[in-house]
Amino acid sequence: MAAKTLTIDGTQVSAEEGATVLQVARDHGIEIPTLCHLEGVYDVGACRLCLVEVAGIAKLLPACTTKISEGMELKTNSERLQKYRRMTLELLFAERSHVCAVCVSNGHCELQTLAYSHGMEHVRYDYCFPKWKVDVTHRLFGMDHNRCILCARCVRVCWHIEGAGTKNVSGRGASANIINDLNQPWGQSDSCTECGKCVMSCPTGALFHKGSTVAEMVHDRDKLEFIVNAREKKQWIV
Amino acid sequence: MVNEDLNVIAEKEQAARKKIVIRCCMAAGCMSSKSEAVKKNLEQAVNEAELSDGVEVRGVGCMKLCCEGPLVSVDSQNALYEKVTPENALELVQTLKGGNTGIKRGDWNHPFFKKQMSIVLANSGEIDPERIEAYIAVEGYQALLTVLREMTPKQVVEEMVKSGLRGRGGAGFPTGIKWGTVAKTESAQKYVICNADEGDPGAFMDRSVLESDPHSVLEGMAIAAYAVGANQGFIYVRAEYPLAIKRLQTAIKQAKQLGLLGSSIFESPFNFNIDIRIGAGAFVCGEETALMASVEGKRGTPRPRPPFPAESGLWGCPTLINNVETFANVPPIYRKGAEWFASIGTEKSKGTKVFALAGKINNTGLIEVPMGTTLRQIVEEMGGGAPDGREIKAVQTGGPSGGCIPAQHLDTPVDYDSLMKLGSIMGSGGMIVMDDSTRMVDVARYFMEFCVDESCGKCVPCRAGTQQMLHLLEKILNRKATGHDLAKLEELCDMVRHTSLCGLGQTAPNPTLSTLRFFRKEYEELLQPEEFGRYENGEARALK
Repeated sequence: MAAKTLTIDGTQVSAEEGATVLQVARDHGIEIPTLCHLEGVYDVGACRLCLVEVAGIAKLLPACTTKISEGMELKTNSERLQKYRRMTLELLFAERSHVCAVCVSNGHCELQTLAYSHGMEHVRYDYCFPKWKVDVTHRLFGMDHNRCILCARCVRVCWHIEGAGTKNVSGRGASANIINDLNQPWGQSDSCTECGKCVMSCPTGALFHKGSTVAEMVHDRDKLEFIVNAREKKQWIV
Repeated sequence: MVNEDLNVIAEKEQAARKKIVIRCCMAAGCMSSKSEAVKKNLEQAVNEAELSDGVEVRGVGCMKLCCEGPLVSVDSQNALYEKVTPENALELVQTLKGGNTGIKRGDWNHPFFKKQMSIVLANSGEIDPERIEAYIAVEGYQALLTVLREMTPKQVVEEMVKSGLRGRGGAGFPTGIKWGTVAKTESAQKYVICNADEGDPGAFMDRSVLESDPHSVLEGMAIAAYAVGANQGFIYVRAEYPLAIKRLQTAIKQAKQLGLLGSSIFESPFNFNIDIRIGAGAFVCGEETALMASVEGKRGTPRPRPPFPAESGLWGCPTLINNVETFANVPPIYRKGAEWFASIGTEKSKGTKVFALAGKINNTGLIEVPMGTTLRQIVEEMGGGAPDGREIKAVQTGGPSGGCIPAQHLDTPVDYDSLMKLGSIMGSGGMIVMDDSTRMVDVARYFMEFCVDESCGKCVPCRAGTQQMLHLLEKILNRKATGHDLAKLEELCDMVRHTSLCGLGQTAPNPTLSTLRFFRKEYEELLQPEEFGRYENGEARALK
């Protein structure tokens, strides 16, 4: 493999031919934000957060799918890119219902983290508040479409790491959504192997383990009463 | 099949030609106004009048002046009959015996016909599209024969480069260069795809070409396949075009029977097959990478380029994708030579362009004009201006990816670069005329709604950005927006244009941007003062 030399944000770096801009940047400690990229599965260039400026090319190119070339000059964090990234994040927040305070992923959500790091103080667009359903028919997992950003990481993981092919995208535009098998409730899916890889891959709280949602928080007060009764009244049956 | 066989078919066809030919339009437009029944009654009337020895009633492709359909022409009278009904077919046939008729007569000398220059549409409205013999009789498949017998693939590509043909699908990429790239890429398997997923609202050029002269597209594809080294072709045509699909199926079957498609074409080592793939009606499948995904049987969503289809296309093999009209231009180029083709049009846009003229205009239909014809010539002279004596306000080209060109720029020549300079694009050929009753913000809203519906949903700017832009446009139209909202809209236009994954998103802001450029006042008139929506003394400010 031949080595290629290129410039990223003014720093000269060299890397192996065939590497993507994103790989090379991250190897050299240059952070480019991503949402649809996931190590281990192929890239689709859908979230548009990793767009970079390449000298001599009018179009912005996604770092995740663009291969490096000799003499490439890249800008990964220009003011223009920062602005576009913030807008992309705002659009995502306005598109579905992302309410961090009641989300299973609050505090460990990639969307939330990026919003913080990009100084997204508020959303300037009107919230769409579409009414998406929550699918909790599966024994172990749940899917809240209201928190889905359609990165399709779960789809790629399901097909190419697990090989089950349960998840897919259906519909288009605003009504695009993740489905199971032939658009049936997750619990009725024949192909799902219950491996949970989709939950691992989800950048937000759209896919979650059952029992972890805010509403499912159980205090179990009865148990306290049972113990007190047992000790004081010697009653062992409730 | 060799040269002589082709000549035999042509001669036989010419010999069978009767003295008088009555042509009846059998393209989708006229058929929707009963031209099938007209043709049937014409045939019956000819038989009843005992004229069938000398008169032939021929179903032909689009006769172009769609608004006056069903159209019937009689060559011995040099007459064009308009709005013919099944009831007055008999009367029409009686004119051959000296009878009179009150049927509306069209004027072949009207600029609508006079100013046309037919290369792509040369056979449209002339020959029966359902008979390969009719195509062969007008030098059909001669170009393929010449190319296979006398030229190397390299020479074929060079000839195409020389012709200066640019892609007719909208972007105008030089066809010769595209062919050359696919030809140079080494691979045991290559493909040729014809993009017939015409989806722009108001556009029907490609449909007409397929319905009127399907063999010209097949021949063009075969020549292209020989040039690039492909042995398999696909025509990706939308399901909304059932007649075009039917005629293509007929044409492919006939060409295979005569050995003009299949193995050892013209007894050469060249093999080429064509299959049809029917699209399920997604606009985005006109985008080449989405189209290829759809042909492969996958969800029709685009993917980032590079790699371009020329390097890695269908199933990872080098693939040539051209539009219907581009392929239809190919046979004439090899029949008459690249120099001939390059002598037509402007310096950077060669040949002719077919436009579907629609909207607020008197003569709607199909026109083919040399590149460089001005918009004014097209809409005022050929199109006959706006109906009811109204003023033309703007011309929209390029569908949801294009822009509105205002009346003051009507003297712009129609070529790729001039239209680009005005913030529009040539597009595939839809041309929608708007009169002074049209509100431009409405137009922008209409096209944005189209993009919202048709966005595949893969990338964020196109999926979520178009929704917000539509919302802002509606807010403006409802007189609930302020200057802030307009600024937000413009900012989004810029962002969606530069960050979207494919052409659909990248060009979705164009109708809005171009109406903002030329008709900004119409937007501003709808805006509310900045204080709008703020409360005063406990009450919301009244609307303007």
